[in-house]
Amino acid sequence: MSTAAAPASSVPAGARSGWWEAVQPAARDPILGVTEAFLADSDPKKVNVGVGAYRNDEGKPVVLECVRKAEQIIAGKQNMEYLPMGGLVKFNDLSVKLAYGDTAPVLEEKRVAAVQTLSGTGACRLFADFQKRFKPDSRIYIPVPTWANHHNIWRDARVEAHTFRYYKPSTRGLDFEGLMEDLKKAPEGSFVLLHACAHNPTGVDPTADQWKEMSQLFKSNRLFPFFDMAYQGFASGDTVRDAQAIRIFMEDGHQLACAQSFAKNMGLYGQRVGCLSVVCDNSQQAVNVKSQLQQIARPMYSNPPLHGAQIVTTVLSDPELKEQWYKEVKVMADRIIGMREALKSNLEKLGSSLPWKHITEQIGMFCYSGLTEDQVDRLTKEFHIYMTRNGRISMAGVTTGNVEYLANAIHEVTK
Amino acid sequence: MESFALKRIAAVASHLTPTAPPPQQQQALSMEATASAAAASVFDHLEQAPEDPILGITVAYNKDPHPGKVNLGVGAYRTEEGKPLILNVVRRAEERLLADRSKNKEYLPITGLADFNKRSAMLILGSDSPAVVEKRLVTAQCLSGTGSLRVGAEFLARHYGVKLVFLPTPTWGNHFKVFMNAGLAVKTYRYYDNKTRGLDYEGMLEDIGAAPSGSVILLHACAHNPTGVDPTPQQWEGIRQAIRNRGHLPFFDSAYQGFASGSLDKDALAVRTFVADGGECFIAQSFAKNMGLYGERVGALSIVSKSSGVATRVESQLKLVIRPMYSNPPIHGASIVALVLGDGDLFSEWTVELKGMADRIISMRHKLYDALRARGTPGDWTHILKQIGMFSFTGLNKEQVQFMTREYRIYMTLDGRISMAGLSLKTVPLLADAIHAAVTGAKA
Repeated sequence: MSTAAAPASSVPAGARSGWWEAVQPAARDPILGVTEAFLADSDPKKVNVGVGAYRNDEGKPVVLECVRKAEQIIAGKQNMEYLPMGGLVKFNDLSVKLAYGDTAPVLEEKRVAAVQTLSGTGACRLFADFQKRFKPDSRIYIPVPTWANHHNIWRDARVEAHTFRYYKPSTRGLDFEGLMEDLKKAPEGSFVLLHACAHNPTGVDPTADQWKEMSQLFKSNRLFPFFDMAYQGFASGDTVRDAQAIRIFMEDGHQLACAQSFAKNMGLYGQRVGCLSVVCDNSQQAVNVKSQLQQIARPMYSNPPLHGAQIVTTVLSDPELKEQWYKEVKVMADRIIGMREALKSNLEKLGSSLPWKHITEQIGMFCYSGLTEDQVDRLTKEFHIYMTRNGRISMAGVTTGNVEYLANAIHEVTK
Repeated sequence: MESFALKRIAAVASHLTPTAPPPQQQQALSMEATASAAAASVFDHLEQAPEDPILGITVAYNKDPHPGKVNLGVGAYRTEEGKPLILNVVRRAEERLLADRSKNKEYLPITGLADFNKRSAMLILGSDSPAVVEKRLVTAQCLSGTGSLRVGAEFLARHYGVKLVFLPTPTWGNHFKVFMNAGLAVKTYRYYDNKTRGLDYEGMLEDIGAAPSGSVILLHACAHNPTGVDPTPQQWEGIRQAIRNRGHLPFFDSAYQGFASGSLDKDALAVRTFVADGGECFIAQSFAKNMGLYGERVGALSIVSKSSGVATRVESQLKLVIRPMYSNPPIHGASIVALVLGDGDLFSEWTVELKGMADRIISMRHKLYDALRARGTPGDWTHILKQIGMFSFTGLNKEQVQFMTREYRIYMTLDGRISMAGLSLKTVPLLADAIHAAVTGAKA
């Protein structure tokens, strides 16, 4: 139809003035803004060690072969009907098995409420909203530092947030004493956000013994453990080992919750595949909790997207594809571990007087370099190296092709 | 250390005791659960939430073992054979995506696939729309219609002065929670006239006129859900003037473009009229029905603002709503839509398939009407012909609906809404029999 302008008199002057004049420009997202800046840079030597997405040694994104095969299997067969509000049931079953173990007692007793979510973010947000709705006076304790979006999530859910010490700059390791001290002060009934493995952004994880001590504290002080597990398999290369923190807490009888993401370990980033699970007293309670989680999802997005969940389900339910996935995730983890070793040895070869052993002691996609904001800015301005201003380096962006250049640049700004 | 070990042993031992008792009363359960070393769950006080009134119908239908059952509940298109349909263009688009090994699965930007956003906006607004030409438009890919509504509502709750939205009576059930959970107060305006089974135009204008100035007014762009009753073009003009005169903000829910009349442009008329007058509006688009992409959750939120400078700031604030909700939207469905909308052949073929679906529904309306007339069912059933889109508001009451479900295995929502898309030549007679029996025999 014609879109010729209507006569001016049909819209009174008052209605014509915009409603949004007072809207302020929002600050750029600190993480995603880095990639935007990188893309805008035309320097051929530029390096992106900003956003946490895996790259192969050519610096290219990777679609796993097991995923490609799964897509071929799915193609042409499925309908695209709405999933239930809680998502694909088979996907949820396979996800929680991966997190808790195939024969975990809580699974056999049907005590786990599980819903498919929009990746890790969606799982955290659904839980935060759920926490607000059913434990409105409770607090969330968030480690310092953490993935920046964690604060946004619990803030938007209107949950009162506190922090606990986690990273110790002087050692570039875990501040375990500070962590225990701070959590001991948390009131009973508080919820605590824990990174199950490969802490983002520091790469610093507690040891098994430290996890066990934390578990005991949580029991005696009635703290609720909420695990954000975004890197299972991706950290050590071993999915069982990467879930050890959760298994330790499970053994101690905790009723915990877990947000799982398949963004990194299956390379499904943009497909938004995740799972939120809540361990309950019994099967009826699990039914109740799941139904309430669905009530939160319905007015947010009705039901979760189909495609990614079908891929994960296909891979995890086919023994050959699952084996292939285990191998491919180990390749990714090993490459990153190799780059850590290369970066550290390059820096040592250059004669850097600073300590760099934390590069290989930290685990997962990120290295908390210890670089200051000024040093990071110099890296960007002088060397076209892009990372977040907290000094976090995405090791997945490091390749044999750029590791020397990166080491040189870091040495230049720190000597 | 010794007590540490004893604690661990106790924890392990608790798993060797018999498993939890079968589902019982809430109170009894929570007492038993605290018997072991672990305290009761912090969520022990939760009750089971009721089934969603719409999605719950399909749950009940699936449980029914009766072979002759008919599902006229959820609004998902079915073929004449009663099967879900994947459009040909969607299949072809998927094949192309699959074959392109250069495509990766990286994160989309927070506001989604740029190409998809551009084409979605042009689809609803027209490529020559002043909002498009003058760049007074922000579009963000969202999780289908629901997600677009929710993101828009959250934005309004944060940045708009009047935190009040008016919904038509009746409306899609989920609308209430979408706006309420976003933090807006919800009221209603008269819409459906029980007596005429048509639009209560005067009531609607009255209520819009009485609403506090600047209120958000939710409008179904076409094929009103659940009634199928749409304003005429003349009535839309009257509604537009009433809204603009009060300085209200129109928020369109467009879930059936092309699906209602069979024509994409015709179904976009109301939206385009509002945009043409230069005022601001919100538009939530869904590709669930018109591209059959239901489960892939493809939609877009468009905000038409007064100037392009405002548009940039608005987009930055939208990102702050989206990032802590799900970070960025899913790539698969949007890629399919972008391909179809961007390829001349695929687009043409899509319009043909779309018209096919719309035509089948229109023909089902006629068949049902004829079947009721043939049975001499009392009452005026012309509203079935006059209503448009996927649904028909039959006018049947709760008791009649429950009777039809019990005796005839017809599954539909208790408000009397039937999904015409779920009917076929085979099932029309059954439905007509059921309606006839309900109207003549069941309790009033």
